[in-house]
Amino acid sequence: MEGLVDNMEHILDVKGLTMDFGGLRAVDSVDLYVDKQEIVALIGPNGAGKTTFFNCITGIYNPSQGDIRALTHSGAVARLNGLKPNRVTERGLARTFQNIRLFPTMTVLENVMIGKHCRMKAKVLGALFRDKKTRAEELKAANESYDILEKIGLANVCDEQACNLPYGDQRKLEIARAMATEPSILLLDEPAAGMNPQETVELTDLIRQIRNEENISILLIEHDMKLVMNLSERIYVMDHGQKIAEGTPIEIRNNPEVIKAYLGEDMDA
Amino acid sequence: MDYMLKSLKVAIWFMFLTFPVVVIKVNTIENVVIWRWHNMFYMGISIFFVSMVWRYFLQRKEMSGKKEKTDEKTFTQSIMENPVMFKSVSGGILAVLCVLPFITDSYQINILTVALMYIVLGLGLNIVVGLAGLLDLGFVAFYAVGAYTYALLNHHFGLSFWIVLPIGGSLAAIFGILLGFPVLRLRGDYLAIVTLGFGEIIRLVLENWNDFSMGPSGIANIDRPTFFGMDLTLNQSTIYIYFLMILFTIFTIFFVNRLQNSRIGRAWLALREDETACQAMGVGKTRTKLMAFALGAAWAGLMGVVFAAKTTFINPASFTFLESAIILSVVVLGGMGSIPGVILGALIMILLPEYLRAFSEYRMLVFGGAMVVMMVFRPQGLVSNFRRKYSFHSADTDGRFGR
Amino acid sequence: MEYFLELFLGGLTRGSIYALIALGYTMVYGIIQLINFAHGEIYMIGAFTALIFASVLSILGWPALAIFVVATAAAVLYSSAYGYTIEKIAYTPLRNAPRLSPLISAIGMSLFLQNYVLLAQTSDFLPFPQLIPDFEFMEPISHIFSSAELAIVLTTVIVMLLLTYYIKFTNMGKAMRATAQDKTMALLIGINVDRVISVTFIIGSSLAALGGVLIANHIGQVNFYIGFIAGIKAFTAAVLGGIGSIPGAVLGALILGWTESFATGYISSDYEDVFAFGLLVLILIFRPAGLLGRSETKKV
Repeated sequence: MEGLVDNMEHILDVKGLTMDFGGLRAVDSVDLYVDKQEIVALIGPNGAGKTTFFNCITGIYNPSQGDIRALTHSGAVARLNGLKPNRVTERGLARTFQNIRLFPTMTVLENVMIGKHCRMKAKVLGALFRDKKTRAEELKAANESYDILEKIGLANVCDEQACNLPYGDQRKLEIARAMATEPSILLLDEPAAGMNPQETVELTDLIRQIRNEENISILLIEHDMKLVMNLSERIYVMDHGQKIAEGTPIEIRNNPEVIKAYLGEDMDA
Repeated sequence: MDYMLKSLKVAIWFMFLTFPVVVIKVNTIENVVIWRWHNMFYMGISIFFVSMVWRYFLQRKEMSGKKEKTDEKTFTQSIMENPVMFKSVSGGILAVLCVLPFITDSYQINILTVALMYIVLGLGLNIVVGLAGLLDLGFVAFYAVGAYTYALLNHHFGLSFWIVLPIGGSLAAIFGILLGFPVLRLRGDYLAIVTLGFGEIIRLVLENWNDFSMGPSGIANIDRPTFFGMDLTLNQSTIYIYFLMILFTIFTIFFVNRLQNSRIGRAWLALREDETACQAMGVGKTRTKLMAFALGAAWAGLMGVVFAAKTTFINPASFTFLESAIILSVVVLGGMGSIPGVILGALIMILLPEYLRAFSEYRMLVFGGAMVVMMVFRPQGLVSNFRRKYSFHSADTDGRFGR
Repeated sequence: MEYFLELFLGGLTRGSIYALIALGYTMVYGIIQLINFAHGEIYMIGAFTALIFASVLSILGWPALAIFVVATAAAVLYSSAYGYTIEKIAYTPLRNAPRLSPLISAIGMSLFLQNYVLLAQTSDFLPFPQLIPDFEFMEPISHIFSSAELAIVLTTVIVMLLLTYYIKFTNMGKAMRATAQDKTMALLIGINVDRVISVTFIIGSSLAALGGVLIANHIGQVNFYIGFIAGIKAFTAAVLGGIGSIPGAVLGALILGWTESFATGYISSDYEDVFAFGLLVLILIFRPAGLLGRSETKKV
């Protein structure tokens, strides 16, 4: 299917995505798209299947049914079903994790440089001889990684071990690492979880800045409604594996289905 | 006081625990029982003190766990990071190593050669275990592949050391890939067992397939390496292999050092720390692991060829699980992922039992125990690994990095 | 046909021994996800302890049956004491360490115990006295199935039944199953997880000790190295059936026993161990979850 150029204007287009675990249907034919330079949120009560949905798109699970297509850098349309996670990343989707998954004993800079891995070519012989090309590539990767850290505000700690960073910075580092893979769409799984209000505000600005300056679309899962309503242009709501609503923040806020699903959970926004 | 009492209890427990094995010895031929009560006494005393020390360190470990980690430079780190120091120290060591053959006898040189071989083997396994985090318990299988490649090719076709050296290395790497390809997607602990099983299979095949490997009696009269076509006397050849091993060791250190700060080396470390995250960041899991596995195997294969050439006789008994365990303890004791650590580990493992003869009997007992103690108290090994630091000059807008 | 039957019964005996050891692996793995490399050594220590006690008692002139009972009891007691102690020394401090650490610690422990017995006793094979008498009713078939073998199979069956009852119906058994499913949750609802883990090691070690006594009695000799091979094979059995699953361990052990028995009987006895390891490699490659095991879903 790859290379099939139907005038796809969405950067990510998911149709009828279904994921079964044995008898349990965790995601039930969900449609979702993200346009260029758009910030889209995926919300829903705990256990609604949001993270499973993420895992399906990023290749950690192989979805039972459905179609996932993405627009790659070259402008070709790639079908992502059944690809390994690293292949998905190569095609321009990068993600962060709900529970932080950094490489704890590596330095901050090295964490980001891992993101550059799939954009580099050096092989074992290159490592041995350190020829001109390898050195240039290495230099470029290090510099670009450093630039990302500067943008995200972690440049001053680039030699620290990742595990020594405070919590909020670890979350930011995950975003930096994902950005290093040069994605066209960034998938953030609860980026504000565990952050204090001040950090959340900074994060909101950061996400917006990434979208504006780097030309990257954002799809995020989040429970912080203030952040979601503030930041996103469109919102999808999932419950019990199904999509129950989609629309602009105002539409979602007034949607009776959504209110019902969230009944009991606070919607202060 | 409470502290003492607890140790006393532990000591009594161990006196009970070790009673049948340590105290009683039965001579089944003459049907007499030898009671070694003094052993129980020693056991009690030593366990009493060991227990106190053990709990002291355990408490200290818990305390330091809560504290912020200090970023002190270790002694080795300060040497490694200072180019002048590093050059003078390594130059000094090299000079001493080069002079040694002319001031000592070939017995000493032999021991040193063996130590160097274990350094190289340790560094090879270090790629697999230390950097990529894949616990390989069948490392010796690849060592055997290398050794038998040279022995057989030399025996049947008279091929020389230098021709077989690359063949042995590549063949071992191919074995590594063949084994690794299906096995590397398994979880870490399964991998350990499969490699262990594979190592035993190779040894058993060598032992039983008489037509191919000449069975348990092994292959004798393997040629020593030639020096530009010249045949050397035994003494000369010992020194020659010694210098070969020095070169080999330097090359390996150089290579592994470059590897661990390269694209692929970083990917290994990341894979070791978090497989899922690493894959999600665009690192191909299987390919990266396979690379580590094949490289480690290749190094073992090369050493196997050297081993066969050095001893001129090999049989399957040289390639038991014990050998894998020794190489593993070199890596674990020294410090997984750390080059100076592995070197130190190899020197301790090989030289200590050699020069402390009384100790050699207790070698595996001590090293087995040391592996446990290390994992409990100092999992990073004697010399912990540290990561390379990059220096950016932020005044420069395009951020250059040096070193 | 008789040859087939002999191999079948031989395989059954082997399988029973493997099952006794494999249960220890599978139970420990089920609870703390650790391959207890030192488990084979526990089995060896069980056999050694029985040998030592039996020799001493027979020199003192005790009757055979009394020797058998006391030696077996001592073996079980000491093996479980070792199992308990090993867990406390080598694994408890590593409960939250990276996965590789307890594994290496376990290998170290295994090497340590082997050499401990080697140094304190001997590297020679020691003859093990025959403790189980030849039953008269077994006379007609004793050339293909001895009394010792019958004892092995019977013991294994009884132990299996007791263990199943224990796990299914007692409070401790329920606590074990809960801990195996979710350690944190078990802790939260007030299960003493440390105790559960200790009990698991003790039970596993006792079973291994029984296996050790029975096989030593059957084969008639013991040395410090028997734990290594037996350990790997029992582990193979556990993986074959699906590690963590108790019926799986028994099934895997029987399959392994028969595979070895028939393969050595009909193909070649030189490669006895190769068949076992080959089976292990194959099963891990093609069905890593084992025959009765569930494949796990990666949680992200």
